[in-house]
Amino acid sequence: MKREPFQNFSGIAAPLPLKNINMDAIIPAPYLRTADADLAHGLFALWRYDDQGHEIADFILNRPAFRNATILFGGENFGCGSSREAAAWALKRFGIRAVFAPSFADIFYENAFRNGLLAGIITHETLAHALALISDNPAKASFAIDLSNITLTGHDGQKLPFTVPDFRREALLRGDDDIATTLRCADNIDAFMAHDRLNRPWIYETGMTP
Amino acid sequence: MSDRTLFGKIWDLHRIRSMGEGRDLIFVDRHILQETTCAAAFRGLQEAHRPVRCPTLTCATQDHIVSTELNRNAASNRGGRELISLMAKNAAAHNIRLFGLDDPRQGIVHVIGPELGLVLPGSIVACGDSHTSTAGGLGALGIGVGTSEVEHILATQTLVLPRPKTLRMSFEGKAGLGVTAKDIVLHALGTFGIAVGTGHAIEYAGPAIRALPVEGRLTICNMSIELGARLGLIAPDDATFAYIKGRPYAPQGALWESALASWQTLRTDDDARFDRELSLDISKAAPQITWGTTQEDVIGVDQALPDPSHITDHDRRERAVAMLDYMGLTPGRPIEGTPVDIVFIGSCTNARLSDLEAAAAIVRGKHVAPHVRALVVPGSSQVKRDAEHKGLDKIFTEAGFEWRSAGCSMCVSINEDIVPPGARCIATSNRNFENRQGPRARTHLASPAMAAAAAIAGGIADVRRFA
Repeated sequence: MKREPFQNFSGIAAPLPLKNINMDAIIPAPYLRTADADLAHGLFALWRYDDQGHEIADFILNRPAFRNATILFGGENFGCGSSREAAAWALKRFGIRAVFAPSFADIFYENAFRNGLLAGIITHETLAHALALISDNPAKASFAIDLSNITLTGHDGQKLPFTVPDFRREALLRGDDDIATTLRCADNIDAFMAHDRLNRPWIYETGMTP
Repeated sequence: MSDRTLFGKIWDLHRIRSMGEGRDLIFVDRHILQETTCAAAFRGLQEAHRPVRCPTLTCATQDHIVSTELNRNAASNRGGRELISLMAKNAAAHNIRLFGLDDPRQGIVHVIGPELGLVLPGSIVACGDSHTSTAGGLGALGIGVGTSEVEHILATQTLVLPRPKTLRMSFEGKAGLGVTAKDIVLHALGTFGIAVGTGHAIEYAGPAIRALPVEGRLTICNMSIELGARLGLIAPDDATFAYIKGRPYAPQGALWESALASWQTLRTDDDARFDRELSLDISKAAPQITWGTTQEDVIGVDQALPDPSHITDHDRRERAVAMLDYMGLTPGRPIEGTPVDIVFIGSCTNARLSDLEAAAAIVRGKHVAPHVRALVVPGSSQVKRDAEHKGLDKIFTEAGFEWRSAGCSMCVSINEDIVPPGARCIATSNRNFENRQGPRARTHLASPAMAAAAAIAGGIADVRRFA
């Protein structure tokens, strides 16, 4: 999938510091039924809407101050459960460009970066500091993300560090196409298969035809 | 070298080259597609004019969104028709073998993989589904991936992945009455939590694992992702090889002999070191059942529900209060006897023939409680036929169960099989998250025998009383 290079930005940060926010919560299964579902509408759908489809007023992303959030603060083990990449797509379509949490589940972590979504790991202290800044003054819940210097800065001006592996940071900044990168190793793949076929012929002789 | 882990041996065998930063380019032996995570991948290929690199190492099935009506036809699958026909079109366009709705080999991807001999010891299997780790039960590495990675595999037959750390989880002791593979893995979840395996490949070992039949090992590895691990595996042995021999896509003749010789080396060396070691004695464990909304919120069926007023940690107490409220449970009360509305026996965790046999053994000659809707959804069309051949369908239907067609059904609830709001369901599946089985659905995870016992009793019941 094509993606745009990640650029530094400032935006509203919504606090959702629950532990174990799972993929089913981020994007419920009914939004996976068609190839072109409204994933922005589906983001956290069962937390955002009641049974009649009306907004639940006190859910964070429904509050006036956070409706246009572009940053999310989550709790430990964010994105656990299913492998559905629609969770990353839903966050992006809603407008979220960066999620910060003390830890992420493995598959979500991969999916986020592959879709140009920054998944930044922060300490519990940093999370507590950011949450305090937001609750002090929800009207000033804006943070500046500087991916080049790996900092986020709230209204108190303190630069808070986060963690992102170098190669992921660089890939985000370049907007890499993963498949194109791998296809540059096509000769290595061909050579591997030619050799492997001799060692493990049972892998290749599948008899698998449509 | 005699100090390698089983995981390391398989990984190294598939490692094409380093991609830097601790990531390797890994060859994928078998890529199985399911209908809900491949549509965008095919669209991506088409936009970039890229072909499928290895169609003969790729196959597809339809399981997530399909109707499980007993006599389903083209008119079934109301909500799923688009993705079902899109997959058929994409598979045909790229010469990919499709085990579609009208194919006798259709079924849940993690059930048909082992059943058809697509999953082989020492191989790497990938699928756009987090429960691909199931393949580890045969000593394979099953890697669950997202849609971008599905596209990447289609285009390159490889994955770029950070090499995970290794974790050995040893299970000691002998399983007590009513304690199945499902209870063992739920007990591990209750003990170690749902994030213990993050960033790791888990090898399950020890006498309690060795004693499990092959289908039980698939159940254990299936729930690796619930432990936070993308990968989980068990060393193959003679039981594994016997299970695979003669299956439709398993190697035959001379190929079988050379494969077998290779597979017999697939074990962790005695001097191997793991990044982390955990062990658990299961001999005192009772049959398990979840009470909360993550899989680590689990107790023995003979235990009482937690009482938040006894929990000192503030966060844990708050979460327990919220979970008990969502689940509609009274703190401190025994979990046994809690009335249930729905019993679901199915899913990639527990819908193989032995699972249905275990449930049928409890059900035989009894009747489902009048207020309970109980359904059995076989894991594959083959499991369904085998069960019917053994008369299990009769046992279930005479007891008042619905006997349905193969699919993921009420585990992912993306078709019509949904738990109504507020209803309580005992499920043999793998996820008890809020709203997973339907908006405000309340899910308790348990083994097939425990689910069957609950259907008969009309509430959560200790299966040991039915033995």
